[in-house]
Amino acid sequence: MNKTVNQKAWLFVLPVLVLVAFNAIIPLMTVVNYSVQETFGNNVFFWSGLRWFEDILRSERFHASLTRQAIFTGSILLIEVPLGVLIALAMPRKGIWVSVCLVLMAMPLLIPWNVVGAMWNIFALPNIGLLGKALNAMGFDYNYTRQVGDAWFTLILMDVWHWTSLVVLLAYAGLVSIPDAYYQAAKIDGASRWAIFRYIQLPKMKRVLTIAILLRFMDSFNIYTEPVVLTGGGPGNATTLLSIDLVKIALGQFDLGPAAAMSLIYFLIILLLSWIFYTVMTRNEEG
Amino acid sequence: MTLELKQIARTVGAEVWIHPTDLVLEPGRFNILLGTTLAGKTTLMTLMAGLEKPSRGRIFFNGRDVTGEKVQKRNVSMVYQQFINYPNFTVFENIASPLRVARLPEAEIRARVGRIAELLRITPMLDRLPGELSGGQQQRCAMARALVKDSDLILLDEPLANLDFKLREELREELPRLFAERDRVIVYATTEPTEALLLGGHTATMHEGRVSDFGPTERVYRQPKDLITARVFSEPPLNTAPIRIGNGECDFAGSVRWPAPEALGDGEYTLGLRPHHISPIRKDEADVAIESTIKVAEIAGSESIVHFIAFGEHWISQEHGVHPFDPGQRTVMHADMRRAFYFHSDGRLALAPASTAGGEPEAREIA
Amino acid sequence: MARITLENLRHSYSASPSGAEDWALKEINLEWQDGGAYALLGPSGCGKTTLLNIISGLLRPSAGRVLFDGEDVTPLPPEKRQIAQVFQFPVVYDTMSVFDNLAFPLRNRGVAEDAVQARVREIAEMTDLAAMLDQRAAGLTADGKQKISLGRGLVREDVNAILFDEPLTVIDPHLKFQLRSKLKELHHRVPKTMIYVTHDQTEALTFADQVVVMNMGEVVQTGTPEELFERPRHTFVGHFIGSPGMNVIPCTVEGGRALVEGTAFETANPLPPGTPEGVFEIGIRPEFLRLAESGVPATLNSVADAGRFRIADVTCLGHRLKLLVPEGREIPATDLRLAFDPAHTWLYRDGWLAGREETP
Repeated sequence: MNKTVNQKAWLFVLPVLVLVAFNAIIPLMTVVNYSVQETFGNNVFFWSGLRWFEDILRSERFHASLTRQAIFTGSILLIEVPLGVLIALAMPRKGIWVSVCLVLMAMPLLIPWNVVGAMWNIFALPNIGLLGKALNAMGFDYNYTRQVGDAWFTLILMDVWHWTSLVVLLAYAGLVSIPDAYYQAAKIDGASRWAIFRYIQLPKMKRVLTIAILLRFMDSFNIYTEPVVLTGGGPGNATTLLSIDLVKIALGQFDLGPAAAMSLIYFLIILLLSWIFYTVMTRNEEG
Repeated sequence: MTLELKQIARTVGAEVWIHPTDLVLEPGRFNILLGTTLAGKTTLMTLMAGLEKPSRGRIFFNGRDVTGEKVQKRNVSMVYQQFINYPNFTVFENIASPLRVARLPEAEIRARVGRIAELLRITPMLDRLPGELSGGQQQRCAMARALVKDSDLILLDEPLANLDFKLREELREELPRLFAERDRVIVYATTEPTEALLLGGHTATMHEGRVSDFGPTERVYRQPKDLITARVFSEPPLNTAPIRIGNGECDFAGSVRWPAPEALGDGEYTLGLRPHHISPIRKDEADVAIESTIKVAEIAGSESIVHFIAFGEHWISQEHGVHPFDPGQRTVMHADMRRAFYFHSDGRLALAPASTAGGEPEAREIA
Repeated sequence: MARITLENLRHSYSASPSGAEDWALKEINLEWQDGGAYALLGPSGCGKTTLLNIISGLLRPSAGRVLFDGEDVTPLPPEKRQIAQVFQFPVVYDTMSVFDNLAFPLRNRGVAEDAVQARVREIAEMTDLAAMLDQRAAGLTADGKQKISLGRGLVREDVNAILFDEPLTVIDPHLKFQLRSKLKELHHRVPKTMIYVTHDQTEALTFADQVVVMNMGEVVQTGTPEELFERPRHTFVGHFIGSPGMNVIPCTVEGGRALVEGTAFETANPLPPGTPEGVFEIGIRPEFLRLAESGVPATLNSVADAGRFRIADVTCLGHRLKLLVPEGREIPATDLRLAFDPAHTWLYRDGWLAGREETP
């Protein structure tokens, strides 16, 4: 409400604008360029119109990787969000255990993504990995490099391990900001544990959960490093998610046109879903 | 030093926050902005300080146009309703902070902080952190910081609103002494009419982004320019009713009649009567009896506040002593109409009771 | 609805209290009648909120008992005590409509839906919320939200008491007045036991039939607003209630009479013979000090205009005093004479009204 108009402030934004231009806008324009052109090498390009877009949208390969991507993102959201909220609810509100819990929770978030992939790659190996060996010892026929189900199981477990903490920390921040009076009033009104969660904790967490879900959605839809290090998209194409497929087309087959068209479609899907999601979640904010 | 606002206005989007306003604020006295929350007091203050730019109009300080000049250059201090102090600085460092920014020599900082702490009676707390102080002491610390730097303009935005009742009373009494004899412009925003009266000085009554009246506080209280001003400057709320004057008589609801003041011509008027001028007890021959139905009576020890309905109007009486009533009870209230205000139908003041500083009231006409 | 009895209540926030400062509540004995309007009044840190939390069951006292209708409820949690509470900051269930907010305590207790409908509409009518029943509670102003909190307490027929913890703190000043008289009006219509905690004397005195004045973890005086004003049992009550507070002047006592700098004063409470020595003071409220033709000479320091009256600050026998001068009375600039109303001039010994039991 108390905004001061100061034109000089734009000067401070300028370096960022330059950086964004080099990092995002110029590459994006290049991609747009490639997506409507055909090349046979030697830097000779021909106009190809929207052909690549049609091809991609019709291709079964794209449909398959998009479906895999949707299953992956859907699963991790369905697991990480409720699990994160549950852990946050179970965490202490006062005392020395608060900081212990917070540090423990923050730890997975501090590990670089390729290291996470490598860790789980070894951890889950059936012959030498702790997890793989333990599962096999318990009588499960577990081998994530060969069996599709096991590969998916490991992939999702890795993501849950890596990212649930983010949901926990955000949900926890939402929870501790609720004044004591709300809990006292609810007790006095005779509210059950479930009613307290449904009518006090959940509404107060809504804002941070929106952010958590949005972040997890975008990040998981873009995920590349960890699955590549873990399974490399296999066995076969079983865990080839959109980003992995895109890299295969662009750098593996060097089909720049289709790859560019695909990445634009990819980008638009994320944008559209994020927007729909955000609009739905914030629709009832006012009033 | 004089702060002058010329046709200052502020609009945000399609909303008018401050309508074009002219004000001349003199130094060495309290300039009070009185009005309810959202009346525009804080917005007007941020315009004065230069924290916001007016949408139109100009601001002059000592005749110099300072419109658009940055706050940092204007030498302004502000005290807020919330006690704003640096939490990890001691009280001494808090008070000294504006002087450190100005790079004053250490010896002078010590002397000035010491002097101001003495004045505000927080010398024993100088080594403590704000968190260890009571609300009243924290606000004293914030005020000391505002006072120490010798600003040309000091803005106090409801500084006592968050304090305990008794602390408020105590600080309110000290404030005029603290700010006396200083050659600087002091602006003080409050929502409470009694606070404005006790602080004295000049008062600007504000309502919905307009300054409805400005002048010596006592004049604004006793001879408000219009109905809005009288309403803003009344606690409990002013009792009002439409009346008609004809044949030398005032007529309220066709049932209550009393002699019309000579100065007023025939026609429609709005009556304004302060709650302490209508009473459950008859005190004078000339009091006008009004049939009423009690809504609720609040007994506050030394006085009673009686809410009642008089011919459809929700009125309030404030009277010394204990006067218990049951809700719904029928009774007769006695109005001292010689102390009543009369307003024209457009809201302008038609007649105010003569100044009641001493002696019997007598009607006096206002231009 | 219930009669509330507090028996030998003590509370300390430290596990092993040693000195007197460790006790937030020193020793409280109170008896509140069913359906009364009570206020706990005192400065911040006097223990009034601690006491309220003990009554509501949010806090378990270190010692003593809380009885509702003679039944010991000390070990019971809040939800078992059938009480309602309105907090300083409005608590509403944001996602629910105003109606659902009011219905919440009833639905939690399994009340039939048609009974809920009828009761909620009745209460909404009383609290002026009827027109907004379908609105979302989050969109209401602070005073609207406080009315919801209050309404949630009123809907339950089985409520023993409604507790208010400084409920007007976040209400706009010009609406405070309205909400305050609304509370009073509601108490007439729904005569439940109501306990109101505040530091604001106006709120306490206008709301309550009986006011409990607290200071430093102790009850200093319990009485009607009139008693507290007319006959303060302790100089603290005299100072804390009334605006400005009571004038207190150190004095000596000779032959049962109070003497200030050699001038004798007649007091309303004659000192019984054999009263032990102590620090003596006389107290008189600014309302009962009058300007007179003859009397004790004084000099005028300043005058503040409060509209209805003026507050004159004078020096009399070497002490600063305040007196109220009604609207329309002249204040002479020189040769002031003050008359002390003997019926309202009290003698205090060690802070307490002399010649009376020293415990409240």
